[in-house]
Amino acid sequence: MTFSLETMLQLTIFLPLAAVFGILAFRRNPNLREAVSMISSLVVLYFVVQLYTGLKDGEVITVDWLQILPGLQLSFTIEPLGMIFALIASFLWPVTTLYSIGYMRHHHEENQTRFYLCFAIAIGCVMGIAFAGNLFTLFIFYEMLTLSTYPLVTHAGTEKARQGGRVYLGILLSTSIAFFLLAILGTWFVAGTLDFTAGGVFGPDINMTVVSIILALFIFGIGKAAIMPFHRWLPAAMVAPTPVSALLHAVAVVKAGVFTVMKVCVYIFGIDLLDVLPSTQGLLYLAGATVLLSSVVAMRQDNLKARLAYSTVSQLGYITIGALLASSIGVVGGSMQIAMHAFGKITLFFCAGAILVATHKSNISQMQGLGRQMPITMAAFFIASLSIIGVPPAGGTWSKWYLLMGSLDAQQWAIVAVLLISSLLNIVYLLPIPFRAFFPKHDAAPVDNTLKEAPLASLSALCITAVACLVLFFYPQPLYDLATAILDTTGGAIP
Amino acid sequence: MLAHLPVLQVIVPLLAAPSCLIIKRPVLVWMFTLMVSGAAFLISIALLQQVLASGTISYEMGGWAPPWGIEYRIDELNAILLLIISAISTVVLLAAQTSITAEISEDRHTIFYALYLLSLAGMLGIVSTGDAFNVFVFLEISSLSAYAMIAMGQGRRALWASYQYLIMGTIGATFILISIGLMYQMTGTLNMADLADRLPQVANTKTVLVAFAFFIVGVCLKLALFPLHMWLPNAYSYAPSIVTAFFAATSTKVALYLLIRFTFSVFGYSFSFTTLPLQELFLGLGLLGIFIASAAAIYQTNLKHLFAYSSVAQIGYMIVGFSVGTSAGLMATLLHVFNHALIKGALFLALGAVMYRVNSVQLNDFKGLARQMPLTMAAIVVGGLSLIGVPLTVGFVSKWYLVMAVLDNGWWPVAVLILLGSLLAIVYVWKIVEVAYFIDPEPGTPQVSEAPMALLVPVWLLVAGNIYFGIDTRLGVQMAQSAAQSLFGGSP
Repeated sequence: MTFSLETMLQLTIFLPLAAVFGILAFRRNPNLREAVSMISSLVVLYFVVQLYTGLKDGEVITVDWLQILPGLQLSFTIEPLGMIFALIASFLWPVTTLYSIGYMRHHHEENQTRFYLCFAIAIGCVMGIAFAGNLFTLFIFYEMLTLSTYPLVTHAGTEKARQGGRVYLGILLSTSIAFFLLAILGTWFVAGTLDFTAGGVFGPDINMTVVSIILALFIFGIGKAAIMPFHRWLPAAMVAPTPVSALLHAVAVVKAGVFTVMKVCVYIFGIDLLDVLPSTQGLLYLAGATVLLSSVVAMRQDNLKARLAYSTVSQLGYITIGALLASSIGVVGGSMQIAMHAFGKITLFFCAGAILVATHKSNISQMQGLGRQMPITMAAFFIASLSIIGVPPAGGTWSKWYLLMGSLDAQQWAIVAVLLISSLLNIVYLLPIPFRAFFPKHDAAPVDNTLKEAPLASLSALCITAVACLVLFFYPQPLYDLATAILDTTGGAIP
Repeated sequence: MLAHLPVLQVIVPLLAAPSCLIIKRPVLVWMFTLMVSGAAFLISIALLQQVLASGTISYEMGGWAPPWGIEYRIDELNAILLLIISAISTVVLLAAQTSITAEISEDRHTIFYALYLLSLAGMLGIVSTGDAFNVFVFLEISSLSAYAMIAMGQGRRALWASYQYLIMGTIGATFILISIGLMYQMTGTLNMADLADRLPQVANTKTVLVAFAFFIVGVCLKLALFPLHMWLPNAYSYAPSIVTAFFAATSTKVALYLLIRFTFSVFGYSFSFTTLPLQELFLGLGLLGIFIASAAAIYQTNLKHLFAYSSVAQIGYMIVGFSVGTSAGLMATLLHVFNHALIKGALFLALGAVMYRVNSVQLNDFKGLARQMPLTMAAIVVGGLSLIGVPLTVGFVSKWYLVMAVLDNGWWPVAVLILLGSLLAIVYVWKIVEVAYFIDPEPGTPQVSEAPMALLVPVWLLVAGNIYFGIDTRLGVQMAQSAAQSLFGGSP
């Protein structure tokens, strides 16, 4: 059975949505239900890889659906940036499914059918975002993603979960309707098109003030990118089960945000225009402030998931910085950071969940000496921490490197300082955790040394992502090629 | 036969109303009413097609040529309104029999349907006629039957609500009558087209200004423009659910039609918009209405009240679109008339389904209802999303065109305010979702089951309309566009 590339593109969106019916049909048989999730995730991965080869060969893959408003079409197209995002999401979906099987069953979570169902819808939306051919299509899937992940955040059904869900939905929906939509309307009004175009859509004779305001509206309106002061939803979403935090709030949802920022900067404004816009500089500093402030907040969190959440806010700031630097190296660094952070952070969340399932501990202060009980988990935690900090031999090195190069290139000295200080802060809030796990303080309570790892399914998932962090250090080439192709307006094959 | 469609549109439900009293058996009366409404719907489709194919239809009542005889005049604007009214009426009637068995005692069913048809005939009449005095007559027909139907609601508060509406509605109608009288005095004619010809010659007199002012105030009372909306929340809340669904979707729209028809076709654009500060006034009141009514909706614990306040806010959006004073703004308003009918029809009908099972629409009684009535609650959620203006629903399409029209005028702050208004809608819609989906029912409350098919089918028909017209926007957009353009004619 062979499909054309266009069909495959549509299937990557439809298949996760179709999986919903399979999941519903087998709701009484958990094994079959999870099999449906697993198989569809693998098939989606296969399609995305096929699309990737197609893109590498220089094929132009575009699909147009119906026209909603005159000139506004639901359309999809494949370009390198979207490909990076789609590859990450589709690779991590099966891995997370594997992890969830161990976690959800061992943790005796209720409503597992709803969990897998919303999960599949969310992935379908992510694919829609990744391949969206214009801002309008992207916006639709962006909103659907918010709505479909809401039941996942409130999964526990407790008052706390409801509170978290309220903040989550409140911030994401409000920013997107009040600012993002306004920015889209403004773009349509000024430029007359919403299609993602290499080099931007705004013509030469535009009102700089208006376009500056539109840029600010985009940066604030894309709440999923968690730029301060609209970052509160991310820590609030941590009430969700850990697999949700791992895939959605370290990868799919937040990356949908920064991906959109990147996409808007590159394909709506174009980096040449960004360079001369008066508001770029201020927003860049705001992103820098987000990076530093949330790192400081992260240091003060004792709850592991909360610390990781604030760390995510900080790391997302890097990507926004990469987009706003208005230099091609910055865009390369930012896009690579999307991938590197995804693998690093999902591993950290997997570890947090594994610790919770195996030992019921969620606070960092209780994790002294845990390395004796969970050596594999803590080793994975260590590798992933290295990747987040950006030191060899982990993949994060490269993205941090290019981001630093980009800010030097753009002569943004303040940003250079931010990046350097932030790396130090990352070390401070991440490395003590595995360090104390293996080498507890002398006055710490004695721990038993029996091996107590998480269920095998979860453990193997976190090993896969930890190894991926290492692999990305040694073989960053394909990713780098994709990232450099983003700004290559000539099209054609990717080396 | 085809030539007589304009009059058949009105006369069929009008004559059918007394016939209900002859048939008497409630179920038969219901089927009869449904058939009549369905026939009106088919007629409105045929009329729309005729208008789109061959332009404005002028029908001379009794063969008397206007301006002496009464003229029925159907152009794009009327045709759309006729379609909306008769379509919503038919869908709502599908649910009527089941819903009213729970809310109205059986001996009044026949009367109820007779009143319903009278009200329908009145609304269709207001929209079809080209004669100013005829407008008043039909206005009274539809209003009087409305007061009676609202009074049929459960409990004594329905009587009070009906009385309140009666007083306010009568003041409104009287103002309109005074205005028509003054116009007649100045021009000696009641035919709208004729009035439009003659009014400019006397436009600078105080009498015409007063006539205009009386008309605007009267019609704003009828369409519940903030701050003249006081009658609406109670009337919607205590009326039988079916009546609420029908009125929320249609009656204020008819008043809005009158506003548009008189300002654009009778007084004329230049008089309405340049001689008087109508634009500033309506923009201010519309925006105030959006914010104050939405804020009020947040604090309601009775869901019919909540959505009634939301209706007042939505009227604010329509008035803002109207105040833009361009073809694009008017088009956004008309589109929202169509879309809001779908949204509120679906929501109030779904509340009717809740009323049928739970016999209450208090927020407290919604605890855990999502498990017991999943399909009804899902309909409320989709309707709510449409109200907020989430993409792929009709609410989004209206907002899009409204903001575009506002931006066209360079009113950036207004665009921001419109979108901020949607945020308030998120709050009041999500309040319901949280209660229904996340709070367990109080121990001791009886278990209820999903609403019967007779209610679910019409509810989901309207919900499907919300989604379908949110994706395939051609019908609504084209109709609204051609109507707005024809109203503007050659003027800007």
